[in-house]
Amino acid sequence: MDYKDYYDIMDVPRDATQADIKKAYRKLARQYHPDVSDKPNAEQLFKDLGEAYAVLKDPEKRAAYDELGANWKAGQEFRPPPDWGAGFEFSGRGFEPGDEEAFSDFFEQLFGARTGRAYADRATGFDARGQDHHAKILIELEDAYRGATRSIGLRTPEVDASGRVVTKERQLNVKIPKGIRKGQRIRLAGQGSPGVGKGRRGDLYLDVDFNPHRIYKIDGRDVYLELPITPWEAALGATVDIPTPAGRVDLTLPAGVGNGRKMRLKDRGIPGSPPGHLYIVIKLTMPSADDENAKALFRRMRDEMSYDPRKHLEG
Amino acid sequence: MTSNTVAGILLDRTVTYSLRETCRVCGSEAEWVIALVEQGILQPTGEGRHEWEFSGSSVHTAMKARRLQLDLGLNLSGVALALELLDEIEMLRSRLGMLEADHD
Repeated sequence: MDYKDYYDIMDVPRDATQADIKKAYRKLARQYHPDVSDKPNAEQLFKDLGEAYAVLKDPEKRAAYDELGANWKAGQEFRPPPDWGAGFEFSGRGFEPGDEEAFSDFFEQLFGARTGRAYADRATGFDARGQDHHAKILIELEDAYRGATRSIGLRTPEVDASGRVVTKERQLNVKIPKGIRKGQRIRLAGQGSPGVGKGRRGDLYLDVDFNPHRIYKIDGRDVYLELPITPWEAALGATVDIPTPAGRVDLTLPAGVGNGRKMRLKDRGIPGSPPGHLYIVIKLTMPSADDENAKALFRRMRDEMSYDPRKHLEG
Repeated sequence: MTSNTVAGILLDRTVTYSLRETCRVCGSEAEWVIALVEQGILQPTGEGRHEWEFSGSSVHTAMKARRLQLDLGLNLSGVALALELLDEIEMLRSRLGMLEADHD
């Protein structure tokens, strides 16, 4: 099992005072909170932080943890010494809010068995509803256009026959509905942790986000595509073949279309009621004058076209 | 490892939850949800608490409010401010993402 460096997780030195640790927790909790942080692994970061704090803020547990020493480095295989716990009296006090969240195997090995913590949620009792779980799921833009089924790996803490908390791994295939937007939440009833006694299972909540797309930008249900065009296409107009998330289409560029112009393809954004739009953002590009032929063409334009873009800047 | 396909419910405007269901999902008392309504954080339809209908996206907001309050110790006006600022930040990040794409 992996050793967890709680001081590293909390970004505090090993000789930090209890006040330092409290301050560090509050600051990082604001940053890592899954409803604040944009990171896909925010849930895990926040959980790790909570666990680190649960240990370091309690002088008893902190002393026990420190006793293990800095001999182990994060990621190294770890086994607690055979006489682990001897000489330490764990008061088995209740935890703070959030402590009902499952802790890592590392924590359970060190502290779980000692405190004799009953595995129950906030409404403690013999019949308690199982814990809800939250996770982020990353999907592709195309999934929002067509709907999809995505497979996710879940690690659910469960209480086994001997009353120990073990982490069970399972795969779940989740239907992603058409028209979904970034930040929306899917509720999967009964896919959270098992309940205690007759308590029913908790629920699983998935927050959706998009993987960055190679060519599209997404804003709500609107999708943006930057379209590079040539000077002659801009000047003369043209019909160009462009990609859209739902397949290729021909786009007519009007003569005189300018750089930065947004052309709206109505209702071709992410489906929904109302559907989003697809915006083509014109990017005027220039061929470089690499050879004599190109240079000659440019010289002709310079000599034969009367065009002064800096007239308004004249002295 | 077992594998199965589940559909789930998208918490958007097309689904509605009663006050009681919202409390259950949030793990809160009715008074707490009522306080969110009074703060303007949630806007249910219907006259009176017994007819209140919360959209799925409202329930999503309530869940966020609950976690912010419990995990960060915010009071309700702090929660209201945090939610508004988070929405605005999300919108700005989106716009910024598109502007930065234009600079090659």
